[in-house]
Amino acid sequence: MSEKERPIVLPGEFVDEKKGRKLGDNVYEEDGKVFSKVIGIPKLTENEISVIALAGKYVPKVGDRVIGVILDVEVSGWFVDINSPYIAFLPLGEAVEEFVDTSRVDISKYYDVNEIIFCRISKVAKNKTVQVTMHDLHAKKLVGGVLVKITPSKVPRVIGKGGSMINLIKKKTKCELLVGQNGVIWVKGKNKAKAIEAILLIEKESHIIGLTEKVERMLSEGNEKK
Amino acid sequence: MESYVLELLEKGRRIDGRKFDEFREIRIEENVVQKAEGSASVWLGETRVIAGVKLELGTPYADSPDQGVLIVNAEFTPLASPDFEPGPPGEDAIELARVVDRGIRESECIELEKLCITPGEKVWCIFVDISILNHQGNLLDASALASLVALRNTRIPKLEDDKIIRGEYEGKLPVRYKPINISVAKIGNALLIDPNFEEEKVVESKVSISVRDDDKICAIQKQGSKEISFEEMDKIFDLALEKSKEIRKLVK
Amino acid sequence: MKKSEEKLIVDGKRIDGRLPDQLRNIEVKVDVISRADGSAEVAFGNTRVIASVYGPRALYPKHLQEYESSILRCRYSMAPFSVDERKSPVPDRRSIELSKVIRLALEPAIFLEDFPKTAIDVFLEVVQADGSTRVTGINAASLALALAGIPMRDLVCACSVGKVDGTLVVDLNGKEDNFGEADVAFAMMPSKNKITLLQMDGLLSKEELKKLIEMAKEACKKIYELQKKALREKYKVKE
Repeated sequence: MSEKERPIVLPGEFVDEKKGRKLGDNVYEEDGKVFSKVIGIPKLTENEISVIALAGKYVPKVGDRVIGVILDVEVSGWFVDINSPYIAFLPLGEAVEEFVDTSRVDISKYYDVNEIIFCRISKVAKNKTVQVTMHDLHAKKLVGGVLVKITPSKVPRVIGKGGSMINLIKKKTKCELLVGQNGVIWVKGKNKAKAIEAILLIEKESHIIGLTEKVERMLSEGNEKK
Repeated sequence: MESYVLELLEKGRRIDGRKFDEFREIRIEENVVQKAEGSASVWLGETRVIAGVKLELGTPYADSPDQGVLIVNAEFTPLASPDFEPGPPGEDAIELARVVDRGIRESECIELEKLCITPGEKVWCIFVDISILNHQGNLLDASALASLVALRNTRIPKLEDDKIIRGEYEGKLPVRYKPINISVAKIGNALLIDPNFEEEKVVESKVSISVRDDDKICAIQKQGSKEISFEEMDKIFDLALEKSKEIRKLVK
Repeated sequence: MKKSEEKLIVDGKRIDGRLPDQLRNIEVKVDVISRADGSAEVAFGNTRVIASVYGPRALYPKHLQEYESSILRCRYSMAPFSVDERKSPVPDRRSIELSKVIRLALEPAIFLEDFPKTAIDVFLEVVQADGSTRVTGINAASLALALAGIPMRDLVCACSVGKVDGTLVVDLNGKEDNFGEADVAFAMMPSKNKITLLQMDGLLSKEELKKLIEMAKEACKKIYELQKKALREKYKVKE
């Protein structure tokens, strides 16, 4: 294994001794030893042992900001596809400020099927019923642009430390970019093909060290050719 | 109910008071169906199964032209349990029939060579049909036992000009061994013989073993959605071999 | 078991030249189906099986949903051209039993409780059959599940063992499967050292059976290494 890669663990492989730490995502414990549940990269801190999965579906978490697509319009709310085995519901009261008489108003005028929204997960019940809300500083309808889906666990890599990676892409491609914790990314702009290429590169090589430089190189190459 | 079963097991007891390696009361009745060439009704506690054997004329399999044909089918009749639905056999009924079939077939207990009428053309086909009449657990052992007893009392119908004369017979079906199927269920650390319905609901794993008279093992089927250790598997083999002798004594 | 005209073991070697405890040539490929959540193709000699996994995904109709866990569904199917005499694509009783058996061989390894009310679907297609199709399928399915990011306790490895012309052997090919005295399908979780599948038909003494299980365990260790290698290969840097 070259120094260019972070070490990978496979399901069932030993990660570390528990040593009093909390169990984070994608690990399980047996007799004080912690093992991985998935193919991924171990993350060991002072307080927590976890594994960052290199594949897998989005599991909704309260507080996550996600990009969703309206699936269906109901009388008093909307069903939203949040790129998860669990479908979310956006209640009317969480989407609209004013009072709406649902017997007279067809609420599809606010959000209609196939429209895209940037919203926040407000509730996840024990039975995995998910509720989202538009009552959030950043929540809005997204018009135009395209959606790219990546493995949710790789979202932090697309954002980068303090936003370094996402800002790099925005700067170099002059595109508007919005990243949902659920692995859905909204891209808008003339140069969106380049931005998408960068995102897919990050998804494919998220566990490689020196990725930022590689992405920077790739984005600059395109600009040089002009 | 389920947590009660588990609680008792941890204390070394079963809900019906049996020992871990004890069968429920077994009752066998032979020749219960007049129209069948052979039949048996078996009760394991309240579980009740009837197996009927019908002989028909048919063509042999291409790769064994001088041997009779054995076909085993099982019906989980809807009257036997609220969990059984009407319709063609589901995966559980198919699995049960195939496991019972393997126990009979691999033990070579039926002398299929003696069931050839014209090699490559005409042989006796032995249809063993299993009907579950009451599901209170351990359908597999009950079905295998009923099938074996039915086969042992099966008579071959008389043949006149290649036509079967029902009601008249010429000899018994040649059955030379008594393969016995023993299922062992694992719940926690307990290995149980003859699990009843409540126990089956909490069973983690079950292993069914078919044993011939000479202690040769002819079929194994592990069931259940949990794993088993190598040590437990060893214990299960020993337990099955031991209990098979006890059950075999009940078969004439 | 049917009797064969030809001898299956000659001078200690099997009809394909192998020694009794030798596995056939094993090929492992990952990501063979573009739109599956996880997929793999495994071949043992001429037996070739493709596995694809979809899920966890929403399960409808609702009354099938398990409140506290995901449901694992498995479908084993043989392509019509995979065998000597064309096999009808309609699922037969054998395929139905094998679908159940394979599902139960994989289930102990999966954390179904992590995804309540969903389904995880595993599809196996036997492209070419030359003995031991179910265990080859289990090896492929285990990789596909891991590649889909499904949380697992361990990978699952499987192989066949049996008795042929009086000799105990590993990894039965088609002829050995049909004409041998006994064949055993075995699967285990290699790091946990636990058995998830055991099926046998034929005639074996208890001692022979125990010896065969030991041989199967050893063979599974080798298969485990190949599975791990294939998974790690996928994530290596390619310049």
